[in-house]
Amino acid sequence: MSSKDPHGYKKTLSSPYTGVKGWIDSRLPLIRMMEAEYLKFPVPKSLNYFWSFGGIAMFCLIGLILSGIFLGMHYKPSAAEAFNSVERIMRDVKFGWLVRYLHMNLASFFFIAVYIHIFRALYFGSYKAPRELVFIFGMLMFFLMMGTAFLGYTLPWGQMSYWGATVITNLFSAIPIVGDAILTTLLGDFNVSDATVNRFYVLHWLLAFAIVGLVVFHVITLHMTGSNNPTGMEPQNWDETLSFHPYMTIKDTKAMVLFFMLVAFVLFFYPNIMGHSDNYIRANSMVTPAHIVPEWYFLPFYAILRAIPDKLGGVLAMFGSIALVGLLPWLDTSKVRSCLYRPIWRICILLFALDFFVLMYMGAKPAEGIYVIISRVGTAYWFLFFLVLAPLVGYLETPRQPLTISNFLRDKKALN
Amino acid sequence: MKKITYIIFFIFFNLSISHSAGSKIDIPKYDWSWKGFFGTYDRSAAQRGFKVYKEVCSGCHSMNLLSYRNLEELGFNEDQIKVIASDYLIEDGPNDEGDMFEREALPSDRFANPYPNNNAARAANNGAYPPDLSLIVKARPKGADYIHSLLLGYNEAPGDFNVPEGMWYNKYMEGHLIAMPSPLSDGAIDYDDGTEPTLNQLSSDVTTFLAWAAEPSLENRKKLGIKVLLFLLVLFILTYISKERIWRDIKH
Repeated sequence: MSSKDPHGYKKTLSSPYTGVKGWIDSRLPLIRMMEAEYLKFPVPKSLNYFWSFGGIAMFCLIGLILSGIFLGMHYKPSAAEAFNSVERIMRDVKFGWLVRYLHMNLASFFFIAVYIHIFRALYFGSYKAPRELVFIFGMLMFFLMMGTAFLGYTLPWGQMSYWGATVITNLFSAIPIVGDAILTTLLGDFNVSDATVNRFYVLHWLLAFAIVGLVVFHVITLHMTGSNNPTGMEPQNWDETLSFHPYMTIKDTKAMVLFFMLVAFVLFFYPNIMGHSDNYIRANSMVTPAHIVPEWYFLPFYAILRAIPDKLGGVLAMFGSIALVGLLPWLDTSKVRSCLYRPIWRICILLFALDFFVLMYMGAKPAEGIYVIISRVGTAYWFLFFLVLAPLVGYLETPRQPLTISNFLRDKKALN
Repeated sequence: MKKITYIIFFIFFNLSISHSAGSKIDIPKYDWSWKGFFGTYDRSAAQRGFKVYKEVCSGCHSMNLLSYRNLEELGFNEDQIKVIASDYLIEDGPNDEGDMFEREALPSDRFANPYPNNNAARAANNGAYPPDLSLIVKARPKGADYIHSLLLGYNEAPGDFNVPEGMWYNKYMEGHLIAMPSPLSDGAIDYDDGTEPTLNQLSSDVTTFLAWAAEPSLENRKKLGIKVLLFLLVLFILTYISKERIWRDIKH
């Protein structure tokens, strides 16, 4: 038996630092980790500004949690008091209007950042091996975000809160056999009621922190593989990388300040532009709004839901449309990551982005006439994209040879 | 960078069209004092608007999110507000004997409700419930433009349009039928400041008052917004310069 260091004890205690920093770091290796992952962490030189949206999304999340904590100190989760407590925040709480509008608008901007972030992942093939888990944790987060946003939208207890919650929770009743049981468990009643707003409030908080947990997994998995980049090629040598700090920190900060200027512009001058005026009417179970429209970020999926004439089919299509995105690492058969070198897939992805906006528009329109037909075409393309085009284009297409990061940068410089 | 700007623009473009969906009635646009980056509520218009609310609207419509003390923001002083509040009787209690009693309203009280409850409001208005006006400007698409238009929109019904008993024709109401009879007309009330009380004036004044009531934080919001945007602009210039400096020697 080795008497010197039986459990590798001394090795764990060895820290690159001395003094207090070394004392802490040898017991809690957080400083070491932060330095390795956020200061020295090598990233490809060729990243463009699309790569700033992950950090932007994280700051949106932090802003949402902070503003949410302060809202929670004044909000009252009951059918009788919810609406007026929000108005009390808007009128009587010092800077309450700011915190409330911040929370409301940051939710939308969080989705904007995340949608751009997901598009980036699709376009440059960031979902492919070895980053499948990064992508899947990302999509799980997106799914939880949708849940959190839906629950949160119920809380102000306006007309759209109430009726949106009624329509969406009703989807669960489409599930055979257990549907009604799930529905009443979720609502705590037979319809959206006092019990519902109370439990939705708790779940809204819970899911928000579940997202934070997934962020940790998202970042850990990302830091195992390193960032993808526009070429989709892994860095060949150290010359093709930069340390995260100061290069990415300053670049991301610049992008972030620009993004938050946009947030500030909307927040301070058009705070209700992404909301619905009906939500300033107190929830009333006796009056149904003329058009029940979900928040804008749900509209593409709402359009898919309504495109299918069968209720259960619609629900399956809606959840399936999100699940399929998560399966893309295995549905896409191409070896080449970046769309820059995949002429056909590039068109497919751009059409997919267009499809997203078309469906978003259709989701806001009443489900009648031409809108239903366009919704169905859009839904068909969504599924065609994942189930047929992704595997097929990978086989049929002849991709160009991707450039190495150095050559990519050289060519880009020559173009300028 | 350009691409991203396009994407963001496109998303917003999409949002604005997706939310304008619905009504087919064209609401005219008006030039309100609180529009724009530096917009503020026209105090004298809002004060006159309060008088319109007090003498006309408050007969049927509650504004239960407002307190009399809030009127201070419109330029009424404390004594004026005490006088305004004391015109109303509200139920309070129970007192030490266990009885409910009526007393004059205080500045800290919410605006007195014209009806004891919703059913009483319906019973008095042919079954139609006069909505609370605290948030009405934010609770309708097109907000103030719509409210002003609605108040001016009591035209003669077109010949073939059937207006049932107890309903009125209104050009700007969804479906053109409204349960509220035209509340305002030329000279409906007298203004203390000598302003001519034309229908248009009464309507735009009360709309100003209601816009303030729905969004009292608007002026503070815009003022802070200018400061925040200026701050972020300076910060952006600094980060822009720093980025150029730090990346200067990097071939990218």
